[in-house]
Amino acid sequence: MAKYEVNLKVNNIPVTVEEGSTILDAAKKLNFRIPTLCQHPDLCVAGNCRVCVVEQKGARALPAACATPVSEGMEIFTNSQKVRTARKHIIELLLSEHNTECTSCYKNGKCELQSLANEYRVNENDFIKLVNKKTYTIDDYSPSIIKDDSKCIRCQRCVRTCTSMQFVSALTVAHKGDHQKISTFFDKPMNAVVCTNCGQCVNRCPTGALVEKNYIDQVWDAINNPNVHVVVQTAPAVRVGLGEDLGLEPGHRVTGKMVAALRRIGFDSVLDTDFTADLTIMEEGTELLVRLKKALVDKDESVALPMTTSCSPGWVKFIEHKFPSLLPNVSTCKSPQQMFGALVKTFYAQKKGLKAENMVSVSIMPCTAKKYEADRPEMRDSGFKDVDYVLTTRELAMMVRQAGINFEDLADEKYDSIMGESTGAAVIFGATGGVMEAALRTAYEIVTGREVPFTNLDIVPVRGFEGIKEAKVLIKDVLPEWGFLEGAELSVAIAHGLANTNKLMAAVQRGEVNYHFIEIMACPGGCLGGGGQPIPTSPEIRAKRMEAIYDEDTHMAIRKSHENPEVTAIYEEFLGKPNGHKSHELLHTHYTKRKGY
Amino acid sequence: MTDVNVIINEKIEKFGKERQALMPILQGIVADKNYITEDELLKVAEALDLSAADVYGTATFYTFLDVVPRGKYVIRVCKTISCHMAGKDEIIEALEKTLKVKLGETTPDKKFTLLQANCMGWCHKGPVMLINDEVYPELTSEKAIAIVEEYIAK
Repeated sequence: MAKYEVNLKVNNIPVTVEEGSTILDAAKKLNFRIPTLCQHPDLCVAGNCRVCVVEQKGARALPAACATPVSEGMEIFTNSQKVRTARKHIIELLLSEHNTECTSCYKNGKCELQSLANEYRVNENDFIKLVNKKTYTIDDYSPSIIKDDSKCIRCQRCVRTCTSMQFVSALTVAHKGDHQKISTFFDKPMNAVVCTNCGQCVNRCPTGALVEKNYIDQVWDAINNPNVHVVVQTAPAVRVGLGEDLGLEPGHRVTGKMVAALRRIGFDSVLDTDFTADLTIMEEGTELLVRLKKALVDKDESVALPMTTSCSPGWVKFIEHKFPSLLPNVSTCKSPQQMFGALVKTFYAQKKGLKAENMVSVSIMPCTAKKYEADRPEMRDSGFKDVDYVLTTRELAMMVRQAGINFEDLADEKYDSIMGESTGAAVIFGATGGVMEAALRTAYEIVTGREVPFTNLDIVPVRGFEGIKEAKVLIKDVLPEWGFLEGAELSVAIAHGLANTNKLMAAVQRGEVNYHFIEIMACPGGCLGGGGQPIPTSPEIRAKRMEAIYDEDTHMAIRKSHENPEVTAIYEEFLGKPNGHKSHELLHTHYTKRKGY
Repeated sequence: MTDVNVIINEKIEKFGKERQALMPILQGIVADKNYITEDELLKVAEALDLSAADVYGTATFYTFLDVVPRGKYVIRVCKTISCHMAGKDEIIEALEKTLKVKLGETTPDKKFTLLQANCMGWCHKGPVMLINDEVYPELTSEKAIAIVEEYIAK
């Protein structure tokens, strides 16, 4: 049905927008910025913070611009005296219930409420300060996320994220009136409920009420300890996000600058998670082929298909809570971060003549769930904690600033060897569909001896931001040892964001769909939209990061995981063969059934 | 006390398995024993395929859907302005002394819980209190004590 156009005036300037647009949309079209707090481009309208109120000619009350649809002939004023006074009072009222110890707040300088308070020059003393009159709890039991209710303004971005976008529903609005609070089930700590640690709420919280648990000081301590060798690994998506937190526009690839900055910060070895992303493809690809053989040739009915990826720790915790009966379907491969951790304190230590007990392994991740993953008791296969500290992209940006490094002017540097070599296939792990594409590039070639039949190796059907993607690859003219796959059509699916994931896995559970392999990423857009990536996030910003990721892939000399020379070498020197004995010891894991709340 | 599954099934039969059955189920549990336990909320969430947090959020929104243990008789004294001016503070004081609990507390024998509530629409006959579903208007301290003593004797 064709949409009607609506004509209105904003600040006396005529504008035409589609029916159903909001006043906020119309103002945006004319480049008038209306301040917002509860509104977010990824979420449904809430209209509860009232910061976006505007004046409408002829109307008595001030409508909220984010929640009011335009109508024909409307005349709106976004910055009249009446509006400014009302907004100032609204901000002051929000502050009267907000813990304004800004100097000691982790979000200091990055808080949307703080910047509005600055813009409107508010005087805090106009309203009674209610913070001291209430008892607040700070929930810091989770290794990933800290929830501080004293800083919450109840805009409910987190609740909308957790319920609609991620379908996790760990957070809810409990109680009412002045007792209203954002709560979990029975106000339990975040680590005791269904929370997947995905951090999407952290990405969207306008204040410091939800932040990642930071380990910056611990990492500085390790770096400053002369007896400790500090190894750092960086995930694929960090290199397309980090720049945003250091003054660059979204979509900048900063791989070389990031490596240079990490050296200047003082890390002893600067290595790449991409290396174990390639290794994941070898292990996971082999696991898939083994499962397919068992199912098709040996007619083993105990084999769980479709097999799903296991790289995303938010997804792993999600399935442990929500679909425990499907846990056998999850690949037993550890995530690239944890494979890296297990190898760095064994293989790398051996090669470099280091003692594992004198090593600290740090990872830079676009992710808050990785902090939880590193803390799992299973993740100590090297005999030590495989990854000691996980920092988000934001924490690294903070360290770069703390170190006084002029990031933009850094000359590109290269990762150290060994475990620093990467391929295009590893880089695209950072985007939804990337693991699938990397796996197909390798698996197809292992089975047929030929490259995947897509121009420039770009498997376009698995790319993009569609919630659930599907693709089919016909396998023919196979090598003799893979004869059982001749003529088979490999059917794959990809989901990103946990609401989409829930839809897909519910269909799998009901037996309505028949796939062989499924890639799941907990965050919208994959890791590039991860909970540890720079704030803000929006569909446009994520699209720019995705462009950057595929750009990086195109510019890599090697674009297939199995051609990574360091990967070939580690199998020859250390691991033996994919899914071999040593691999199972160090690179594979198991999962735990968890409660459904 | 009725088994929670019985209440859930009974209400689902009547109201369906959709979200609209949530309030009748929660009210049914409270009607039975004045509060809802954690375990019961989980069962409700499971039965209606809702998230546990969501069910908890709904229950805590309503003053009369308690999720903390309450006594057999829940006394709610109106705290709104008419009853306040008519002397609800003295009523509460008298009840605190009689029951030997503070406002918000439950007697050790789990028989009484003493609470305040918002306006019950009896402003013309304040101060007023509610014991479970029974309204007692035009209270004096003596009257309130006498009423509660009847319940103690029950």
